[in-house]
Amino acid sequence: MAADSAVPNPSSNPPVAEPSGAVPALEVIALRKTYSSGVQALKGVSLKVAQGDFFALLGPNGAGKSTLIGILSSLVNPTGGDAHVFGLSIHADRGGVMRQIGLVPQEINFNQFETPFDICVNVAGFYGIPRIVAKPRAEKYLRELRIWDKAFQPTRMMSGGMKRRLMIARAMMNEPRLLILDEPTAGVDIEIRRSMWHFITGINRAGTTVILTTHYLEEAEKLCRNIAIIDHGEIVEDTSMRRLLSKLDVQSFVLDVTGFEGALPELDGVKLTRMDDQTLEAEMPSTHDLNALFAALTAHGITVTSMRNKTNRLEELFVRLVERNGGASA
Amino acid sequence: MDVPVYSGSARTRANLVALGTITRREVHRMLRIWTQTLVPPAITMTLYFVIFGKVIGSRVGPMHGFSYMQYIVPGLVMMSVINNAYGNITSSFFGSKFGRYVEELLASPMPSWVVLTGYVAGAVLRGLLVGAIVLGIALFFTSLHIAHPLVAITTVILGATIFSLAGFINAMFAKRFDDIAIVPTFVLAPLTYLGGVFYSVNMLGSPWREASLANPILYMVNAFRFGILGIGDVPVWVAYVVMLAFVFALGAVALWLLRRGVGLRS
Repeated sequence: MAADSAVPNPSSNPPVAEPSGAVPALEVIALRKTYSSGVQALKGVSLKVAQGDFFALLGPNGAGKSTLIGILSSLVNPTGGDAHVFGLSIHADRGGVMRQIGLVPQEINFNQFETPFDICVNVAGFYGIPRIVAKPRAEKYLRELRIWDKAFQPTRMMSGGMKRRLMIARAMMNEPRLLILDEPTAGVDIEIRRSMWHFITGINRAGTTVILTTHYLEEAEKLCRNIAIIDHGEIVEDTSMRRLLSKLDVQSFVLDVTGFEGALPELDGVKLTRMDDQTLEAEMPSTHDLNALFAALTAHGITVTSMRNKTNRLEELFVRLVERNGGASA
Repeated sequence: MDVPVYSGSARTRANLVALGTITRREVHRMLRIWTQTLVPPAITMTLYFVIFGKVIGSRVGPMHGFSYMQYIVPGLVMMSVINNAYGNITSSFFGSKFGRYVEELLASPMPSWVVLTGYVAGAVLRGLLVGAIVLGIALFFTSLHIAHPLVAITTVILGATIFSLAGFINAMFAKRFDDIAIVPTFVLAPLTYLGGVFYSVNMLGSPWREASLANPILYMVNAFRFGILGIGDVPVWVAYVVMLAFVFALGAVALWLLRRGVGLRS
């Protein structure tokens, strides 16, 4: 995907702000949540996110991601355990924790009769930021997210993508040190999604720790340095993106070819799939020699004109991990 | 990077900014939808003054040395204040729950008392503005000399505060819009009409007079009538004790519910 290839990639490009600091940006300690219905959404979740990290929190629907984010942002009461944000406990210093966090929730949750400018300035006020400071800050973020031209119109007149960007601008009003994004690009077209990632990557490079949940796993693979996968209320994987992807013992390539006619050739150790008359997909063990692949294809009269990595490696791993844990929850 | 330390005075300043923001937002909302918030009580009370004050009042005769129109003005003003303070906070706070933008408040560092005080301040201000409008309309129908201005203003503020707090509790428990309409219809309206707005409870025989004394609105109406006309059915200090007791009791309950996140946090 040409558009996605332009997305900044902290996991492959050394960032300005490497994860650092003795105190983690977030430390979750044996966090549990049982809803009144009896559903155990979190079963003693523990994880750490370093300062400056770009962290992916992934999991199938109903795995407990939104419950965990809800607890961190004071929207859900935990049943047990604790979480520390820059060393402050959510139980002992809720106000101090909230000052560190900016939240972009999954669902639209602003007053649709207010204007984006008023929403941003009012939310700054809730954090104790005077209007004289909040007004230029609101303009700055609304401009950066390219919705300044709608700043004084009721938000109900805005498109879905604009509303999502407004929620990011609103989350930035207290200039948080930890930005939590709960599926921020759901239902957003690729161009807007790309502009959102440029903005968030810039925020991360400036030092803000970012936690992201998304169902677009390619996004997480490109953007995030570290990753936790949660399923059935438990962390089933918590590692660096690079280490996780290295666990994948097969690699897939998309090959643009000429001279391919008729049936697919049978090649030793390579699973070939025909995508169309000019495109094949080759899946092979990581140790397999690429030269041998090219030679075998040439022998069958097929010429490879270009090739690229198939970029949904994380998706393959994700499915494996979740299936191993008993399948998707919902 | 260390976490910035917020001193006591910095927290106080931040809380005052937050309080001002909620109050300002509430007032802005009230003025933005003025045809729903300010015009209806003005029309309703004009009808009350015309029908009860002019048409029926002329046949009722004087009450405690005042014309019937003059006698019912304090009660009608207080009735408007109570209804509008209650209606403002229930619709605004429940609206924020329904539209989920209450999460902006819950995910902020504001303490619960700031959230509660901000909403109550907005509702009290609407009550006072509507009360002033109704009092202004009353002056088209009769003349009034305010006997005890301090009593009048403190009573109206306490009355608005009590019903703002009650409305806030109602909105916290409400799950549907129907739930915020039930209390005004089945509780507030009967208590108001039986609270001595249109008559003196001394006109009632036993046990109705004693039963009326259990109605908190009776104390507000009569304290306000004392403030405006200098007459009332209950001693004014008793009315203050009752009103302050309600303010503290309802305030404590609302704050406890808000801290627990009842109806807000799962």
